[in-house]
Amino acid sequence: MQFSIDSSPHVQGGNDVQRVMGQVLLALLPGTLALWWYFGWGVVINIGIAGLTAVLSEWVVLRLRGRDPRPAIADLSALVTAWLLALALPPLLPWWQTVIGSAFAIVLVKQLFGGLGYNPFNPAMAAYALLLISFPADMTHWLLPSVLSQHSVSFGEAWQTIFQGKQALGPTWDMISGATPLGHMRTELSQNHMISEIRRSPVWGDFGGRGWEWVGNWFLLGGLFLVWRGVISWRIPASMLGALLLVAGLFWAIDAQTHPFPAFHLFSGGAILGAFFIATDPVTASTTPRGQLIYGALIGLLVFVIRSWGGYPDAVAFSVLLMNMAAPTIDHYTQPRVFGAREDEHG
Amino acid sequence: MPEIIRPVADFHGGLHIDDHKAESAASPVREAALPRRLQLPLQQHIGQPAEPVVKVGDKVLKGQLLARASDYVSANLHAPSSGTVVQIAELPIPHPSGLPAECIVIETDGEDRWGELPEPITDYLQADPADLRERLRWAGIVGLGGAVFPTSVKTNTGGRPIQTLVINAAECEPYITCDDRLMREQPNDVIDGALILRHIVDAGQVLIGIEDNKPEAIEALGAEIEARGLEDVRLCVVPTKYPSGGEKQLIRLLTGIEVPSHGLPLEVGILCQNVATAATVADAVLRGRPLISRIVTLTGGGLGAPGNLRARIGTPIGELVEQAGGYTPAAHKLVMGGPMMGFALPDDGLPVTKGCNCLIVAGEGEFPPPRPASACIRCGECVKVCPAQLLPQQLYWYARARDFDKTQDYHLFDCIECGCCAYVCPAHIPLVHYYRFAKTEIWASERERRKSDHARRRHEFREARLARLEAERKARLRKKKEALEKKQAAGGDGKKAEIEAAMKRVAAKKAAREQVRQESES
Repeated sequence: MQFSIDSSPHVQGGNDVQRVMGQVLLALLPGTLALWWYFGWGVVINIGIAGLTAVLSEWVVLRLRGRDPRPAIADLSALVTAWLLALALPPLLPWWQTVIGSAFAIVLVKQLFGGLGYNPFNPAMAAYALLLISFPADMTHWLLPSVLSQHSVSFGEAWQTIFQGKQALGPTWDMISGATPLGHMRTELSQNHMISEIRRSPVWGDFGGRGWEWVGNWFLLGGLFLVWRGVISWRIPASMLGALLLVAGLFWAIDAQTHPFPAFHLFSGGAILGAFFIATDPVTASTTPRGQLIYGALIGLLVFVIRSWGGYPDAVAFSVLLMNMAAPTIDHYTQPRVFGAREDEHG
Repeated sequence: MPEIIRPVADFHGGLHIDDHKAESAASPVREAALPRRLQLPLQQHIGQPAEPVVKVGDKVLKGQLLARASDYVSANLHAPSSGTVVQIAELPIPHPSGLPAECIVIETDGEDRWGELPEPITDYLQADPADLRERLRWAGIVGLGGAVFPTSVKTNTGGRPIQTLVINAAECEPYITCDDRLMREQPNDVIDGALILRHIVDAGQVLIGIEDNKPEAIEALGAEIEARGLEDVRLCVVPTKYPSGGEKQLIRLLTGIEVPSHGLPLEVGILCQNVATAATVADAVLRGRPLISRIVTLTGGGLGAPGNLRARIGTPIGELVEQAGGYTPAAHKLVMGGPMMGFALPDDGLPVTKGCNCLIVAGEGEFPPPRPASACIRCGECVKVCPAQLLPQQLYWYARARDFDKTQDYHLFDCIECGCCAYVCPAHIPLVHYYRFAKTEIWASERERRKSDHARRRHEFREARLARLEAERKARLRKKKEALEKKQAAGGDGKKAEIEAAMKRVAAKKAAREQVRQESES
């Protein structure tokens, strides 16, 4: 009797790229819902626009490259990129900016380098950086959380603003929009206000920006789910948040009036989302165990440095992109000790 | 029950996989029927192929030497039954390469008559270890766990002291139960073999490493150790985790010692032998019998009645399948060895070899065809499970790019090809395949380099020889010239005298001729 032959191993675990990406999307749900709760339907519309653009771009590029686009689209990676980008964008950003960002992420940052697995930079963060540099005014003007503005943006309002511009909302726009807590803190500090004064503003909640802190908590929940499922390692989030807390705590201990409290750094911007969902992007992050600790810690440090002394209020995107460049070098110098190698030999 | 010790360390990574042992472990080992035809490859071991000592047409008896070890690292081959040598030719053999190799084919006569065997050595503790090793060499014993390295070579410690003999009874690959059954049914042979091996290498203690999914085997061996009152033979029960039966992994579990990268256990005072090898050693020493049969697990959903058979080396696989209930309609793949490291066979006409511990016929839902591979997303799942603590994703990257120097920087040759990385890979990349490819490419280029080095050395030698000859020729010429010049310098007027003498001789001749003419005229 004749049989077909394959290479060993002949059994396979049930792991799958699609399953990995699906779990990431699942883990993003609680934080996404929290964002929707505080910032309204714009969040959902952004995800829709970005997702549609990403999948379409992927399809077109793969057809141009003469490849079958179906497996690439089925692996959900384009959707994850689009989703992460959409979460980082202001909820009522004009639609065409979202389209530009999403298409840039997929076409230039991902597919031109060879597609999934070959991109040196995190596509969502590269797109975010592009939009931030190109459209700084729109990109830094966020909605206020509904608990502050006492106005929840309806689906119709969000749709109109996104597709027709903010004049569609008329004077309401000025009531419901403002700087992010990070931006607020930055402006106030630059005017030499003391933190104790700044904190009296209703913008602040218990440990971060009001509303924002809860969004951070829900993303944390999703992130812990990923760690528990083994989709991501604890190392990058722990070292990134740990380093951020440590250095923020240090400066806060030196002068609590000019340096915000450590929890502020964690719960006011994209730190939690970045630590669990963005810095952990396996393709662009460090992959050795010790390398991941270093990679994460340096991102945390950079986040603090850029937030405190840099030109932008939030810094996760730039920190991640900078460290993406360093990841191969970190990996090279942190190879694990091979079984049977001498203690001082790392490769 | 004697004291059972626990592992002193763990190894990195590994997998917990469905072990599928129950299907074949339940029933005792049965003797397989004597086949009409036995096909015996000359190379069933690591090293040089054996050299035939029989001719086509020779009658052979069971246990008679058919082919002799042709080198130090080689192994004898004996007739598994009596009959006639009908063919010595290149035939298909079970090998991952799929290439044919030289085989001796015997048509059995059904009498199964033993030939002359060497004397049993029952009092082996009094025997000279060298004689015992010679016996293992005669018997053609090789590592039966799958590595098939000649045991007589492995037990040659070159005078290095061995503290611990590790008997590998882990049998960590799923599906395989031949060692489990062997330990349950022949614990005395296992222990005898272990004691003989210990005597050969003069080891202090024996540690038998066995996975905790084999309680009956643990019980049987424990009872045997207890009955004999052996104090320095210990059972070490390790948790079931693939690949705890990897030599270096098991040694780490049992002793906490890491065998050096690129090194041998010998260097850290340890020798490791498979449990089935030990039982065969006992057979060769205590009964004077060569290695002519082995226990083979026949299992998988594609078989009617899985179980273990004692099969003669050279038995066609198809005949064993018939004795294990035949194929079910869903049978679609045949694997020799385990599901993680075994290789798929194209055809069931191939023979059982010394290293064949298991034959799996995959049935419904088993061993599905590989899913299409996608790009590596560097998720690092492979890093988590690699028992050699490598970075499989980097190895893959460089192997794919054919950057073989880099693969060696990333310790390609520490890879034991256990398959854990490929098992967990979410992109379904056949990682082990890439590593094998890189290894063979490196071996091939090394062979090439050795060949070109050899050619270069020959060329350089030839150049040197020609230069030497030229120099010698010149020296000879110079000498001749010098001698000539010396002569000239020495005889300045000698020449003149010579000329005068010649002139005198001519004048004399002339005078003589003149005289003759005058005489004749007168």
